[in-house]
Amino acid sequence: MYDGGKIIVGLIIGIGLFLSPFIYNAGTAAKPPDPQLTKKAKEAKVCVAPKAYMRESHFKMLDEWRHTVVRDGERYYKAADGKIYYKSLQVTCLDCHSDKTKFCDQCHNYLSVNPYCWDCHIAPEEKK
Amino acid sequence: MNFVLSLVFSSLAVLVVVLIPWIGVGALNLKILFGVVIPYAALATFIVGIIVRVLDWGRSPVPYRIPTTAGQMWSFPWIKSNPIDNPKGTGGVVVRMLFEVLTFRSLFRNTRLEYSKVDGVPRINYEWEKWLWLAALLFHYSFLVIFLRHFRFFMEPVPGFVTLLESLDGFLQMGAAPFNGFGLPGVYLTDMLLMAAVTWLLLRRILYSQIRYLSLPADYFPLLLILSLGTTGILMRYLLRVDITKVKELVIGIFKFSPVVPDGIGVIFYIHLFILCVLITYFPFSKLMHFAGIFLSPTRNLSNNNRFVRHVNPWNYPVKFHTYEEYEDEFRDAMIEVGLPVDKGAKTAEEGEKE
Repeated sequence: MYDGGKIIVGLIIGIGLFLSPFIYNAGTAAKPPDPQLTKKAKEAKVCVAPKAYMRESHFKMLDEWRHTVVRDGERYYKAADGKIYYKSLQVTCLDCHSDKTKFCDQCHNYLSVNPYCWDCHIAPEEKK
Repeated sequence: MNFVLSLVFSSLAVLVVVLIPWIGVGALNLKILFGVVIPYAALATFIVGIIVRVLDWGRSPVPYRIPTTAGQMWSFPWIKSNPIDNPKGTGGVVVRMLFEVLTFRSLFRNTRLEYSKVDGVPRINYEWEKWLWLAALLFHYSFLVIFLRHFRFFMEPVPGFVTLLESLDGFLQMGAAPFNGFGLPGVYLTDMLLMAAVTWLLLRRILYSQIRYLSLPADYFPLLLILSLGTTGILMRYLLRVDITKVKELVIGIFKFSPVVPDGIGVIFYIHLFILCVLITYFPFSKLMHFAGIFLSPTRNLSNNNRFVRHVNPWNYPVKFHTYEEYEDEFRDAMIEVGLPVDKGAKTAEEGEKE
């Protein structure tokens, strides 16, 4: 090796950076999130859309709701099963999903998602 | 290979790369293969491949310094020298390397040959060409930011720098633009910049005749691969959503050596992952190794000290030599006898007689 020391140090740093997730995660529990439904949500059984869609794209719907409500003044959403919902984060969504820490924040914190819902909307008060 | 063939060949290769996981997961449901086995194999190839190549480069002899510089060498104190472009010690080399690695300084000096006609007379011009440098810089930094942003899937809890990058990258809040459906608050700048830059890097190979002539499938293939990696990523983020909570469970499982394959992750994720696996597997065998190679560029990382430090060529054959002194010692008596002049003549001879 020519300049072997320098090359090997560089190599160790470079490879170490690539392998850092292995080292970082080794010591942590890294539990998957566990969003809890409130009693009311459990009783209702259905959300405005199927569970899989809500898990993947709920914010897309929220954005559409915001858009249509704020810009177009359409206040009602017809679900796939024909049920009509009032388009409102605070009145409709948070009515069932009233526990932000145990529901919203579970996945949002796990994936470092910082939605700006709460810049304008008031987060529901939580019963301790 | 002519350029149409090269382009067709690499496009087909990328198409196959996209189709393999599409069929493998979409139709045959081989989730463990595509979600665990192939990523591990790809990562191992990537790491081992880089180590082997860098060690191989490290074994190559560096007989002397190659002073391809753009500055005056250090000679006398009253001649102004350029300590960064033509460094005589380690300090200057470090600065030169930092400029090279962080700002692509050599690429900034890129010029392009162009013919033009002035008053009907053909002339050669060397154009001041900065688009390649700009696109390369945008591409590499965007790729870095995107890679670091992905650490939100790699690490639990998510480290602070990722959150910071996300907020900086998405600070324009382009998702609030008035289109339905593209409705994500955090539309990232780097996503768009990366796609634009890679598209330009590909287009310049097709549009400029000189570069078209030089381009091979090995040039088109990684660009197309990165383009498809970006496309699937953007699709996944903005349009064909997947359940990213489950994606993170899978990824963390890989990093904790306790792989889990949760159900219900869309095929697009496996396509994205497989393209990445192909990219990093291909990495150590391809020009993409410039990632490590830039640190080992002999014209950049060696100080120009040829004139005051002796560099012995490491592959020199150990020459057997017989100096004149030794020759004289051997034949002194005979030389004196026939009257040839000798360096250490009489004295040594007298000493010899005394003995």
